[in-house]
Amino acid sequence: MHIMSFSERAYIYVPEDEIIKNGSSYFGVPNTYFDPQKGSKLLNEYLDERVYAEELGFDGVMLNEHHQTPFCMGSVMDVEAAILARITKKVKIVLLGNPLPVGDPLRLAEELAMIDMISGGRLVPGWVRGAGSEQIANNINPAFNRERFNEAHDFVIQAWTKPGPWRYEGKHYHYRFVNPWVLPLQKPHPQIWIPGLISPETVIWCAQHRYPYVALATALEPTVEMVNLYADVAAQMGYQAGPENFGYLQNVCVAETEEKARELAKGFVFGGGFGAFARAEWMFPPGYNSKEATKRLAKAFTDPRTGTEIIRYTQGAVDVEEVKRSIEKNFQSTLENGLIIAGTPKTVLARIRFMLETLRPGIFGIWYHHGPMTAEERRTCLRLLGQEVLPAMREMAKELDLPGPYEQKPGIRPLPASGKRDPVVGIATAA
Amino acid sequence: MATNPQEWREETVRVAGTDLTLLQSGTGQPVLVLHEELGHPGWLRWHAELARNHTVILPLHPGFGKSPRVEWVRGIRDLAGFYARVLRERNLRPVDVIGFSMGGWLAAEMAACDAAQFRRMVLVAPTGIKPSQGEIMDLFTVTARAYLDASVHDVQNTPEFAKLYGGEQTPEQFEAWEDARAETARLAWQPYMHNPSLGPLLEGVVGLPTLLIWGKQDKVVPVSVAEVFKKSIPGAQLVVLDNCGHRPEVEKQAEFTQQLQRFLA
Repeated sequence: MHIMSFSERAYIYVPEDEIIKNGSSYFGVPNTYFDPQKGSKLLNEYLDERVYAEELGFDGVMLNEHHQTPFCMGSVMDVEAAILARITKKVKIVLLGNPLPVGDPLRLAEELAMIDMISGGRLVPGWVRGAGSEQIANNINPAFNRERFNEAHDFVIQAWTKPGPWRYEGKHYHYRFVNPWVLPLQKPHPQIWIPGLISPETVIWCAQHRYPYVALATALEPTVEMVNLYADVAAQMGYQAGPENFGYLQNVCVAETEEKARELAKGFVFGGGFGAFARAEWMFPPGYNSKEATKRLAKAFTDPRTGTEIIRYTQGAVDVEEVKRSIEKNFQSTLENGLIIAGTPKTVLARIRFMLETLRPGIFGIWYHHGPMTAEERRTCLRLLGQEVLPAMREMAKELDLPGPYEQKPGIRPLPASGKRDPVVGIATAA
Repeated sequence: MATNPQEWREETVRVAGTDLTLLQSGTGQPVLVLHEELGHPGWLRWHAELARNHTVILPLHPGFGKSPRVEWVRGIRDLAGFYARVLRERNLRPVDVIGFSMGGWLAAEMAACDAAQFRRMVLVAPTGIKPSQGEIMDLFTVTARAYLDASVHDVQNTPEFAKLYGGEQTPEQFEAWEDARAETARLAWQPYMHNPSLGPLLEGVVGLPTLLIWGKQDKVVPVSVAEVFKKSIPGAQLVVLDNCGHRPEVEKQAEFTQQLQRFLA
């Protein structure tokens, strides 16, 4: 099993009330609240935490990228990755992910190749469509999001593998001259993992490309459905999916006592947490959703991921205290349903085991921090995870036979002789 | 969609290499109606009144729901070329044209390219030119509902608007608006809702009688744009209606129709 640490590099000093007053949305909070002195210190602390995670025995350090939001300061993740490539020694640098549609794919091919070379072949690139608000933040036409993703993906793979120079004229990208003199060390190219919020279109695309799919802190039931969907498509493609094809990112907060862990875990719902990522009109810009996804939305009128109403939102006076009460209520229910795991190393392991048994992932990301946790609290959390949780998880992975994608190459397991695929998820039992 | 389905008929024709849905009504001189960025709002009173002495031809733009997308149309000038082909193939040249908002921009692009396609041109609060003061309201960072609400100055006293868009949003409405928003994004994402070359190209247009109609309180396309259009097109008449937003055809229906009948007489 591949176990990795993760946190958004949040700007933790944003006032919670401002997020709530902005329609429960991190995106759009005025950057007048940003203090570069504090930001500078934080960015360095976050880099140090990745080095610490390596010392503690994590297999990977995962980064992500968001733009123009206090939710995550890592708006140019490749910069952080490049530093980590040099200052770490053995961890995989897992980028989940570069938003393909919003950038220049040739430049991306070069950046990632440099990171792979500097790190000595430790890069795991991962690619995303980018949330709706990322299209707005980067001013990239959301109506071509999926097309741009697909084209940029195909282009980067070619730029890495097809000898240059050559000319490229596609629909959304055009290059007179493709001949990068920086190429990945890993051949033919590094493994590619795709993170996502369980959009069926992406899950199917991943299975077709034999790329591991990493579900990002999504609700258990629909995640199980998506794992099964992946395995069905894999079977159509002629291979048996296994743990090496699946990853899951889990909010886990560990402290010396149960009370402390719960208190710190509240950071995951700070300002509304994931559900307050961006307002509906920014999450669903025009044409970002497929026709099918729009139909699903029209039926429910709610964001399937957060349950937020997407239609009747009107800007204006917000009752901050009322929103805070609903955040508190939501916090309690996410603890109950396991979306957030908080406790001492001993208590969190029971739920982690349940997740491993149920989803059978070969990749497990531990999202250990969000919201106003101090540097010391974050390091304590990491230390307890590394010293007490990781060793037990490794035992579980062995016992449950959950190989990661570096132990078992994804996409080459043969189907059973019957031609019918084996089950990929475990039977869910109470934790 | 219709207030009275017997007032108009719908047909899908094979034209310009695609299937195009046309709504038609009335008899007399044909008038081409180019709808706005959120799609055809429905058969309104002004349509019915115009159809008394004109043949109203209202195509549903490719990609806006009924008519399928045309892959090679990726900008308003492409769409203008598409409709030039439609007019040619349907033997409609020269035709009277009325364009609303983005549909007005579309008509202006067609005129800039080949003014002889039209007999007379009516532009109702067209986009297409960057305002000298203010900004064109951004459809892409608000909900369709918020955009619509901003399009009328006095919602309370505009019963036809309430009839069109009042009450709970239906799933069908939501889907139609999302289709329209997506196709509009393909056409007008950047530069947003305008084309820097439109102004200079319009300056060459002569001999095309043009009527510009604007609401003085338009919050979607500032009335400052009207002056640029007026200056660019020699002899263009400008009618600015007071206490009126972006939809004079709904908000000031009587004056609007009167101006239209006068101009198209």
